[in-house]
Amino acid sequence: MLQAIAFYFFSAILIGAAFMVIAARNPVHSVLFLILSFFNAAALFVLLGAEFLAMILVVVYVGAVAVLFLFVVMMLDVDFTDLKRGAQQYLLPGIAVGGVLALELIFAIAWRWTVTPHAIGAAAAAAPAGVSNTVALGRILYTDYIYYFQVAGLVLLVAMIGAIVLTLRKRPGVRRQSVRRQVSRTPADAMTLIDVEPGQGA
Amino acid sequence: MTRDLLTLLPELILAVGAMAALLIGAFRGGKATKFLSGLIVLVMAAGMYFVLTAPDASAFRGAFVVDGFSRFAKALILLSAALCTMMAQRFFEDEGRVRFELPVLIAFSTLGMLLMVSAASFISLYLGLELQSLALYVLAAFNRDSARSTEAGLKYFVLGALSSGMLLYGISLIYGFTGTTDFAGVAAAVKAAGTGIGLIFGLVFLIAGLAFKLSAVPFHMWAPDVYEGAPTPIVAFFSSAAKVAAFVLFIRTILVPFPQAIHQWQQVVIAVSVLSMALGAVAAIGQNNIKRLMAYSSIGHMGYGLLGLAAGTQLGVQGMLFYLVFYAVTNIGVFVCIQAMRRDGEAVETIADLAGLARTRPKMAFALAALMLSLAGLPPLAGIFAKVYVFLAAVEAHLYIPALLGFLASCMGAYYYLRIVKVMYFDEPARPFEGVMGAGMGTILALSGLFTILYVFMPAPLLYAAGTAAQSLFR
Repeated sequence: MLQAIAFYFFSAILIGAAFMVIAARNPVHSVLFLILSFFNAAALFVLLGAEFLAMILVVVYVGAVAVLFLFVVMMLDVDFTDLKRGAQQYLLPGIAVGGVLALELIFAIAWRWTVTPHAIGAAAAAAPAGVSNTVALGRILYTDYIYYFQVAGLVLLVAMIGAIVLTLRKRPGVRRQSVRRQVSRTPADAMTLIDVEPGQGA
Repeated sequence: MTRDLLTLLPELILAVGAMAALLIGAFRGGKATKFLSGLIVLVMAAGMYFVLTAPDASAFRGAFVVDGFSRFAKALILLSAALCTMMAQRFFEDEGRVRFELPVLIAFSTLGMLLMVSAASFISLYLGLELQSLALYVLAAFNRDSARSTEAGLKYFVLGALSSGMLLYGISLIYGFTGTTDFAGVAAAVKAAGTGIGLIFGLVFLIAGLAFKLSAVPFHMWAPDVYEGAPTPIVAFFSSAAKVAAFVLFIRTILVPFPQAIHQWQQVVIAVSVLSMALGAVAAIGQNNIKRLMAYSSIGHMGYGLLGLAAGTQLGVQGMLFYLVFYAVTNIGVFVCIQAMRRDGEAVETIADLAGLARTRPKMAFALAALMLSLAGLPPLAGIFAKVYVFLAAVEAHLYIPALLGFLASCMGAYYYLRIVKVMYFDEPARPFEGVMGAGMGTILALSGLFTILYVFMPAPLLYAAGTAAQSLFR
């Protein structure tokens, strides 16, 4: 009973916040509503007993992605009302195409959707008893799935190299502090003494 | 665990080599590039040694597999990648834009290809594919000050991301149907439960995603623009090592998990194959830019190769593997020639620039002519054997009409290869190209040309190797 109340409470706020993300006129408000909806989705995961996913959602999406969005929205001067004006005229065809596709998918898949017995068995497999699912994931992530984990790391490394290759440029005229140059400076490099004749200096 | 790591030895060597090169480059900067290119070529050679001596094995709970098929493909990929690394070093030296990330990215991309070739589950397939593609997107845009190169990189990236999405959608449907991502597990599930509509949906999306990577019609739109815009040695890399890896991945991903669903995928593969052959034959005729022409030629050749897969037999796979050897070796030779087309310190790339090459550079013209005639499929050069093996396999699998259409497309396509030979030998000479080819590039071109011309005298060893490789897939 209590769980059901919590579920409806969080989902109602989630749906409301999600709607406000696209409805809000001010993009900063949109991002704030996005953060609200992330938190409520995390609460739903906790209700399902998937606390690891809830944590990840808060840490990654609220902590990194949403804050990044906020930075972008505040830093870049993008006129969002101007961008949205175009969206209005694509609204109807968009809904029509999407609706037809959805109907087709429902028709094709709900018609005779079957799965193998193995798939049903895999879906019903319970998490190991006695440990939280963070521990359970950690146990297999670094043992059975170490290969996938490491290759994913390589993919990220390549992404990093790529970003540097494509964007990093040596800019001329940037003043950087060079400690070596500062320390090795002698009075002889920096000062010149000029004898000015009396009456000559202007 | 140790045994698993030993199975992965060639890949580990390449990964460690690439990261070491990255560190050295980060400290020494652009002037270390020549050394790093050499280092990466050596690392690839070492990897090749361990690839060829490795026994059959399966590691990481069936995610990674080493067999005759993967050995053959890896040797070919490493060879092409090493040659392309040398070409790239030379090209960017000529352009005066040497940067140390170049050999590093080529090495990471090659690593991704090796992982693709050995992938025996859908997750390792996807990770290998992404590692390879991500490095390739960056390489395509490597000339970041040229608008065409960045355009090529961006187009490749956007369409590649779209195709990855389709691939993942297909994989998730297949997983939903079978409950496993292992190739062996999927094969067992399909055998036990037959093909459901979810599986066919997934299979079609999977084929679409893979056909994108192969640039087979109707997923070929990116190829001409990317080939035209990307730096020449990188295009050579795309059309040799990357095509080999994508093709081999295609073969394994279709034949190992879905032997029971052959009637479902066969029609799709035949359609893609015939359309690619037709478009490759027709669309290249109007091209003036030789790199665009090679892009359409590559689309057509992917169609011929897919005909072998459509047969779904050991003979078909053997024919395809030989096709890949011929295609990779020939393309590297052709792109060495394209790379040598320089005037006034810039690369030129229209077919008219080749006019009268037989008089200004007789050796280069002879080699290029041999390669072009081989691509056209004229006897007694290597290309005709590749086509014959594939067509024979198709006929043996009772695919008479696709084989006939392939033959017709091959005859039509011969026109534009012959036109290049005609321009080189019979047109009034244009201004000669500047610079010399150099010993390194000359050797690569000579080897490629010699393979093309002399294959007719020694067909047995390579065919035998391809046969053994194909056999390991059908046990």
